[in-house]
Amino acid sequence: MTEAHHHHDDHHHHPELGWWRKYVFSTDHKVIGVQYTVTALLFLLFGFTLVMIMRWQLAYPGKPIPLIGGLLGKTLANDGTLLPEGYNALGAMHGTIMVFLGIVPLIVGGFGNYVMPLQIGAPDMAFPKLNMASYWVYFCGGMVMLLSFFAPGGAANSGWTSYAPLSVVATQGQTWWLFGMVLLITSSLLGSINFIVTIIQLRAKGLDFFKLPFFVWSQFVTAFLLLLAFPPLEAAGALQLMDRLAGTSFFMPEGLVVSGIVQPYTGGGSPLLWQHLFWFLAHPEVYVLILPAMGMVAEVIANNTRKPLWGYRLMVYSVIFLGFMSFIVWAHHMFITGMGTRISAFFATTTMIISIPSVIILTALVISLYRSSIRYNVPMLFALAFLPMFAIGGLTGLPLGLPAADIQLHDTYYVIGHFHYVVAPGTIFAAFAGIYHWYPKVTGRTMNPALGKIHFVLSFIFINVVFMPMFFQGMAGVSRRLFDQTFYQHGLDVQGWTQLSSWGAWMLGLSQVPFIMNFFMSLRAGRKVSDNPWEATTLEWAAPSPPPHGNFATVPVVYRGPYEYSVPGQKKDFFPQHLAKAEA
Amino acid sequence: MQVKKSWILLAVIAAALVASAAPAWAQAVAPKTTVPIDGEYGRFFSLPTDVSKNGHRIDNLIHWTHAFMAVLFVGWGIFFVYCLMRFRQRPGHQAHYELVHAKPSKYLEVAVLIVEIVLLAGFSVPIWASVKNDLPPADKAFRVRVVAEQFAWNFHYPGPDGQFGRTDPKLVDTATNPLGLDREGDPHAKDDIFALELHIPVNQPVICDISSKDVIHSFFLPVMRVKQDALPGMRIPVWFEAVQTGTYEVACAQLCGNNHYSMRALMYIQPATDLEAWLREKGKPPEEFVE
Repeated sequence: MTEAHHHHDDHHHHPELGWWRKYVFSTDHKVIGVQYTVTALLFLLFGFTLVMIMRWQLAYPGKPIPLIGGLLGKTLANDGTLLPEGYNALGAMHGTIMVFLGIVPLIVGGFGNYVMPLQIGAPDMAFPKLNMASYWVYFCGGMVMLLSFFAPGGAANSGWTSYAPLSVVATQGQTWWLFGMVLLITSSLLGSINFIVTIIQLRAKGLDFFKLPFFVWSQFVTAFLLLLAFPPLEAAGALQLMDRLAGTSFFMPEGLVVSGIVQPYTGGGSPLLWQHLFWFLAHPEVYVLILPAMGMVAEVIANNTRKPLWGYRLMVYSVIFLGFMSFIVWAHHMFITGMGTRISAFFATTTMIISIPSVIILTALVISLYRSSIRYNVPMLFALAFLPMFAIGGLTGLPLGLPAADIQLHDTYYVIGHFHYVVAPGTIFAAFAGIYHWYPKVTGRTMNPALGKIHFVLSFIFINVVFMPMFFQGMAGVSRRLFDQTFYQHGLDVQGWTQLSSWGAWMLGLSQVPFIMNFFMSLRAGRKVSDNPWEATTLEWAAPSPPPHGNFATVPVVYRGPYEYSVPGQKKDFFPQHLAKAEA
Repeated sequence: MQVKKSWILLAVIAAALVASAAPAWAQAVAPKTTVPIDGEYGRFFSLPTDVSKNGHRIDNLIHWTHAFMAVLFVGWGIFFVYCLMRFRQRPGHQAHYELVHAKPSKYLEVAVLIVEIVLLAGFSVPIWASVKNDLPPADKAFRVRVVAEQFAWNFHYPGPDGQFGRTDPKLVDTATNPLGLDREGDPHAKDDIFALELHIPVNQPVICDISSKDVIHSFFLPVMRVKQDALPGMRIPVWFEAVQTGTYEVACAQLCGNNHYSMRALMYIQPATDLEAWLREKGKPPEEFVE
């Protein structure tokens, strides 16, 4: 089938490529998408492993880590017991890896690269070589981050936020972290330009902006966020490197005395400047983490409700508005730095405003279920679970966005619970939905639904066991990033919740075994399926599975909106975008 | 039918896994401190004891916000679960192509906006203004300088003259003079008192000037609903008023290095007479102890 299509491929001539050019240094957006997906999934697993190690220390402080304690290096552990500096390094690297090496590459680099060009009917990305460069720069950034564990003093240990002055006086790992970040940011910038140009220039004939699948819209807005928000952090990273290596003092005030030694910094730098530059990136970054997830959930929900999305245009306007607003809320991460009433009121107001489009998108997705016909397959289970989980994540942002309530809750476990609900059972569940949904497109086979359901049920239970207790800890006043919370009475009194949360994390780790098995076994053993197994309407399902280089046998023309399901008077309950007339 | 059975089986397996782990949770961790701490902390989903004059306003805001969140979540949840059950795919059931005109969703969004405005403008902003901005008059308040460093809280009291002495980073000596007080050069510094414990009066406003010698820390008094980052190069005042005596904790809420977790101090809230006695005792010249 694939071969036959290949011969019809008349708009591109592809000479036979060698193995290296075909599978490693490929310029095909699909190969790059798969490379991104696999690399990012490995990093997610690695980042999760780091936190599973940390959770032992949190649950049973000072006790040697079973099984793998002895394997940890001298900078992390002593005789199998985690060191405070090891804990801080694992914490900083967990955050960095999950955000910059795991989730963003997965949902933007992976899904965005693979699915978006197919959904707009393009043969490839606008700049295939740039696309390849973007992956390999990301790969190098990841390697630098991994190697930083072997730097003298271990990996960066000043938190993923790298607040100065702590990060400036930190061990050498921080320099590695900054170099790694510069590479990762560069990769994102290359990718974002490519996404924007591709979506504007390479849409199939007839595919207006308001006929784009919502996923493409989410990638489009995300690309602008990456393009506009990352340069300030790249600059800030360079400045911090200068502070560390060249003796400048951008972030270092005068008169610092570290461990009894007067520091040579003069000129009156400001540690708050770093925070402003960092959060100017990192708040839009939060939306980079969630918008593509909403896009994937919208695709899966539309497909499995067999009904057009409710409020498609409203959702598009909301996602654009979210993108704009995400640039003027950053200082709500900094209420406790000594902000006056007016500035805090301003940032609290923008924060309340930005909650409205999120509420609209979530409400639209829930209303989409009304009078639908819900097909409970594995991708749909994950997409449905996303809704209440993201709701918890979003709602718990409310007390944090109110400055007066934030006084008590800032930098406690409440914050950890809040953003993990957004990103873990939120974004990661959306990514699972995406993986189960598009796996047949990539491989021509489906993943095993029974294993998928086991994976779903266990993950859903245990991810809540992990994160729900964090709200209780946070309310009790336990600060984040504590190597041993039992030093405090309020930490000791909620230690039971910490232990429950740890057990949840380890069980959640085990719950991924069926997924990993399924992911690899289905490559060979999965049931072979047609090009459009979910009976979907969007263009990627018009291409063969797996799509050949150049994607479409014939260039598709688009006749209608993305979610024409259950159109009255039609025999079939789906009406693909590229068909001029309904099939008999 | 088979599907349903396998799901029940799964739930049982999951529950068994949780239950098997239960004995392990129960492992108690021994307390690290010998000083008994007052107050209640471990109550389910509750804020710690509040011993401050303003704390209840913050607590009320947190509680009302959570009530609003709960209403939204339960409302959404009911509709969501109804849809999941009512509109599942089954023979004879078809999705409707036409989209409903969902007026209620518009009302909902407007309602959310209004409640958020009320919470912000009606509660959060006024509370913030009074707890962060409107400092009590300096002559009525008990003043302490709080100087954070890796990994200790230094408390600097002005002594009988009521004036803080000059400090200079060059004079810092970790063993003898952690604040870098200029006891020779500045007469106000002579009677200044340094301690590693925070002692404050009950029923009198307290102003703490927060600063840091090295990296960023965060001065957190959980029972007082007070949190303020300690930033090097800046001195930021916070104020509060205790309404109950007792021994409580000062926590560091911002990652400040390897021993961040142990950067804990004790706060003693005392009647004014006890506090004066403690200050007198602390203010005696060190020679007396030597002799």
